[in-house]
Amino acid sequence: MTDLSYLDGNAAAGLLSEVFAADITTAVGRCANCGDEAVVARARVYVDEHGLVVRCSVCGDVIAVAAERAGRLCLDLRGLAWLEFPVE
Amino acid sequence: MSNVWRAADVVDTRMETPTARTIRLRIPGLHGHLAGQHVDIRLTAPDGYQAVRSYSIASGGGRGALEPHELPDDELELTVEELADGEVSPYLVRGLQNGDQLEVRGPVGGWFVWRPGDTTPVQLIAGGSGVVPLMSMARAHAAAASTAPFRMLYSVRAPFSRYYTDELATLATDAAPLEVDYIYTRQAPPDSDAKPGRLTAEGLMQRVLPASDSPTFFICGSTPFVEAVSGWLVDAGHDPARVRTERYGGVGGTP
Repeated sequence: MTDLSYLDGNAAAGLLSEVFAADITTAVGRCANCGDEAVVARARVYVDEHGLVVRCSVCGDVIAVAAERAGRLCLDLRGLAWLEFPVE
Repeated sequence: MSNVWRAADVVDTRMETPTARTIRLRIPGLHGHLAGQHVDIRLTAPDGYQAVRSYSIASGGGRGALEPHELPDDELELTVEELADGEVSPYLVRGLQNGDQLEVRGPVGGWFVWRPGDTTPVQLIAGGSGVVPLMSMARAHAAAASTAPFRMLYSVRAPFSRYYTDELATLATDAAPLEVDYIYTRQAPPDSDAKPGRLTAEGLMQRVLPASDSPTFFICGSTPFVEAVSGWLVDAGHDPARVRTERYGGVGGTP
């Protein structure tokens, strides 16, 4: 059986609401590896007790990592070419 | 570190099934929510150990609801399924009492949501406790007396594992009607001719709005359930851009 332990980008909404004023799930991101552009809600999110890993739903590459430790949240966004948020 | 966590008061609870409980929270400063959003709940043990879990909102977030009681803007309801080996859900379902407080982050999420102004036909597809955010949408649909065609397909193990049974039956006769179909995976009701069994591609197509209606799909359930159902819909010609999913992280969760 293939790995089905992932969730949708929706699962990242709570943690990332700590740092982004706008909703992350409706933001569109471009995968730095394959160039796919999709709303974050369509990405695959792997959650553990330290934080979460967000992978591109097309190529599987890591597009973001959020880790929480000792009262600090560390974000690694190297896998994203850009992130675009809807604004009012 | 964060100022997004708020203390919520537990103002009411009720059991939906032997293992699922609806919890009403009052969250100071909350101004309503969108149908389909979720909140994160954080529990802290005496030794400082913390566990965070996401739970979908079940209330509709709109005025004029057909709910047992319309909720004020600073209240919402969650429905939590108890996972036998869970860290958080057994406490929420068995231990929590009226007057207790919970730490809450959210409501969050702007993508897996239904907005009352949208008149596009909507097909909701629930696997087990995945019905919770879809019930929020159905309640919002009724509260808004929306003209959007709404249909729900709800896959459950057995009749006793259904959430919201009476309310779903009432919504089916409401001014903004909701058509509801059940699939029983383990045990069908005694008065039913249907044999229990997993949802199949053929069974799915018989119970959802046709591609010619260009419906928007909201699918919520375990990851294997969501994978199977969304794949069948796309294979049958539905536009992937109209298929919105929310996988839940519950363990042991094939519906």
